[in-house]
Amino acid sequence: MLLRHTPKEVMERKALTINPAKTCQPIGAMYASLGIHGCLPHSHGSQGCCAYHRSALTRHYKEPVSASTSSFTEGASVFGGQSNMLQAINNIFSVYNPDIIAIHTTCLSETIGDDLPQIKKKAERDGLIPKGKYLISASTPSYAGSHVTGFSNMVTAMADMAEPTGKKNGKINIIPGWVEPSDMEEIKRLAKMVGVKIILFPDTSGVLNGPLSGEYKMFPDGGTTIAELLSTGDSIGTLALGEWCSADAARLLDKKHKVPCSVLDMPFGLKATDRFIDALRTVAGVTVPDEVSVERGQLVDLISDMHQYFYKKKVALAGDPDQLIAMTEFLVSIDMCPVHIVTGTPGKKFEKRIREITSGMGCEVNVKAKGDLFLLHQWIKNEPVDLLLCNSYGKYIARDEDIPFVRWGFPILDRQGHQYFPTVGYKGGLRMLERILGVLLDRKDRDSSEETFELVL
Amino acid sequence: MVTKSKNKTVQWEPADIKAELLKKYPPKVARKRAKQIMINEALENETPEITANVRTTPGIITMRGCTYAGCKGVIMGPTRDIVNLVHGPVGCSFYAWLTRRNQTSPGPDGANYMNYCFTTDMQEQDIIFGGEKKLEAAIQEAYDLLHPKSIGVFATCPVGLIGDDIHTVTANMKKKFGDCNVFAFSCEGYKGVSQSAGHHIANNQIFKHVMGQNDEEKPGKYKINLLGEYNIGGDGFEIDRIFKKCGINCIATFSGNSTYDQFASAHTADLNLVMCHRSINYVADMLETKFGIPWIKINFIGAKATAKSLRKISKYFGDQELIDKVEAVIAEEMPAVDVVQADVRSRTEGKTAMMFVGGSRAHHYQELFAEMGMKTISAGYEFGHRDDYEGRQVIPGLKLDADSRNIEQLEIEKDETRYNPRKSSAELEALEEAGYKFKHYDGLAHDMDKGTLIIDDLNQYEAEKLVEIMKPDIFCAGIKEKFSIQKLGVPMKQLHSYDSGGPYAGFKGAVNFYNEIDRLVGSRVWSYMQAPWQKNPQLSATYGWE
Repeated sequence: MLLRHTPKEVMERKALTINPAKTCQPIGAMYASLGIHGCLPHSHGSQGCCAYHRSALTRHYKEPVSASTSSFTEGASVFGGQSNMLQAINNIFSVYNPDIIAIHTTCLSETIGDDLPQIKKKAERDGLIPKGKYLISASTPSYAGSHVTGFSNMVTAMADMAEPTGKKNGKINIIPGWVEPSDMEEIKRLAKMVGVKIILFPDTSGVLNGPLSGEYKMFPDGGTTIAELLSTGDSIGTLALGEWCSADAARLLDKKHKVPCSVLDMPFGLKATDRFIDALRTVAGVTVPDEVSVERGQLVDLISDMHQYFYKKKVALAGDPDQLIAMTEFLVSIDMCPVHIVTGTPGKKFEKRIREITSGMGCEVNVKAKGDLFLLHQWIKNEPVDLLLCNSYGKYIARDEDIPFVRWGFPILDRQGHQYFPTVGYKGGLRMLERILGVLLDRKDRDSSEETFELVL
Repeated sequence: MVTKSKNKTVQWEPADIKAELLKKYPPKVARKRAKQIMINEALENETPEITANVRTTPGIITMRGCTYAGCKGVIMGPTRDIVNLVHGPVGCSFYAWLTRRNQTSPGPDGANYMNYCFTTDMQEQDIIFGGEKKLEAAIQEAYDLLHPKSIGVFATCPVGLIGDDIHTVTANMKKKFGDCNVFAFSCEGYKGVSQSAGHHIANNQIFKHVMGQNDEEKPGKYKINLLGEYNIGGDGFEIDRIFKKCGINCIATFSGNSTYDQFASAHTADLNLVMCHRSINYVADMLETKFGIPWIKINFIGAKATAKSLRKISKYFGDQELIDKVEAVIAEEMPAVDVVQADVRSRTEGKTAMMFVGGSRAHHYQELFAEMGMKTISAGYEFGHRDDYEGRQVIPGLKLDADSRNIEQLEIEKDETRYNPRKSSAELEALEEAGYKFKHYDGLAHDMDKGTLIIDDLNQYEAEKLVEIMKPDIFCAGIKEKFSIQKLGVPMKQLHSYDSGGPYAGFKGAVNFYNEIDRLVGSRVWSYMQAPWQKNPQLSATYGWE
């Protein structure tokens, strides 16, 4: 047994987190920053933070992840990191020459109270930021929230770049939240099909799913351009996908520049995608083309065709709030029973939303924000499930308890595909169901006796 | 910045390459980097001086990690029956969770916490009001839940800044429990200049809190400790297999697949073998001073190096029975190695490699590449010190700078009752006269050719330039560097965590490595960089329909 010391009996823990279902803010900020074209993410802290975040993102995407660090030493930790940051800005523009540096803080620089806006002013005064280049910053203390909060904080810093001209650009801002490059691509495809012009930010497609061609581009072709980010204040409105990841940025644009916003769930599964497409056509005043309805119909068709394999199957899930809310709704909508749901990210609304979504399901549901995978495992020992949806760390639970397992979330360190194949939209829903069916039916085949083993399923 | 890899054309002069690497830097950075890039002169016992173990320049995309990574990630991570509890915000513990590919086997006692990640997940109120209470509660919960032999507590950056006294908390908990050794590591990420400081801190605490705790005599005739072997990809398992076959008893491995009791009993061994000089030479020195155990540098990376190291061990014990056994084992193992080596070499001979890893691997792996007929044209360490480059003779002259001074240096004295010189001075002298070297390490520069480039703390920009100019057939570093190099169409092998491979140590490991490098440099994929229409963009004829 891999997790041989995990007892079935749940002991309440107040201080000890075991096998966390979250990580810290800065990695979210780094991921978001990579979704700006020509951007170098910068970690203001000791160099280990930057090394860990780059390693984790690289393992997840199997792509280069460039980011720099202020490389704090003990001296900088005592006297403040301004001198390191100014040196870094000068070196970064001299050596790497990005269009924009997106700086995030760490627990180290937050604890000593480094003030990034003030350091930025000093850099401007000292002429360290070349003309036409940008520097944005987000406060991302690791001791508050989670990687999701860090992502949201950096996306909010992007929204803060808006410089309205007073003339509407005829576009809709879409803030996709922490989804994969493939998902961002899919959101763009859907918007194009519906006939809506959008500014998607951040956009990691073309950055973290790049080709191998014998050419290395430190700043790949993808990413939201600075011109687009400056223009978000001129958009007709903003659709924020996910309360945790995207709402703050949308509300900032609303408050600061009167760009109205609507906060939707991430478009995972049938119903959330329906609401997304419906919102798109409403805000843009267009008719949804038949191709989109056909894609929707295909998803409904698959649900109907294979319903017997989903019906009443118990599922355990771990992940981030926005993703879990939409995925739980999707599972309930196909008559599966998500019974154990854990996120490490804090937020009271999460448990409430999950309770609402699962209320008519007819079975007991364990749900916890600020939970961990150790607790999830204990719940599973007490109430076994037919399927586990979790990031790669779930494989230890899946193997010990012999549960069909679909890798979903961040990080995925041992399988491929998340960069290339979306989970959002109707096509994403089809893929998700294909994967779920794959593991459920493999299990059925494995466990069938020779007499009951069947060709046609 | 766009770089395209082209076919080899110009043979560069090392001085030109160095100049090219420095060209884009602001003057201050260029001056500093110039001292960390050395053109090797390959002189016996006398190499040019290189600057190493100095601060990384802010903003320069370094390969390095932090002190916490060196302490928790490298040294303590692979121990299986100590609960490693990270005191800090969640991230540091999360990122060091199962990512280094240290393998473990639970053994007969069944304790294995390797697959778990323990953290106090400090919140804002802990930063403001102090985290000692939470740490204390977390230790208690870990104890109640798991009843481990030992709990190690690791400090992350904010812990040192807010002044949590983790050593007092752990000492109190140790006293309270009575049957669980609780101790702490002040390994905040901002200390030192790289992972290296973390190794030192880990070594110190293990030495202070665990070593010498179990005097029970362990069975075996030829008792050794293996220091600086972390069982990445199962390296330690392969070395254990060879030891077992030779009749050599490994009391403790530092720290691949190690246990608390191994550390506690290490002082009962008769010889210390130092594998990774950088991370562990401190422990070897301390064990010698306190308990009288001599140490030698060995290397199990490379089949020849493995054979040489085994002979060095048998020569130390001087027992004909062991000498014969070691020879028999080498004779038995080598034919299988030779067969694969000869086959692979027919394809790899004359190819070139670069490696920038660790504090020892950039040196050790040159042996394996040499066995395949491949030449190392440039190498360097991520966190090495001058002695790792130039040899241990430079140690007395090393100056402590501000960043090294804040890492504790233990003053070790002879143990009053347990100090026991394993060999008489006459015996030691006789061995030395016969060419045997104790406490000796020549460093990396000594083994590299004249005109090769030795570069300390290589960064992303320089790596890309080196590959672009020198066009090696393979580049070795870590995960962060892997894909930017491969985008250039050059295969990249991770030598920290071995990608998905291993073991690469010992005899079987050598075979695995030959095959892996053969696969990488010979892969068909490198010929697919361009589509047919990119190779011939101009249409010269219309399509001929059949």
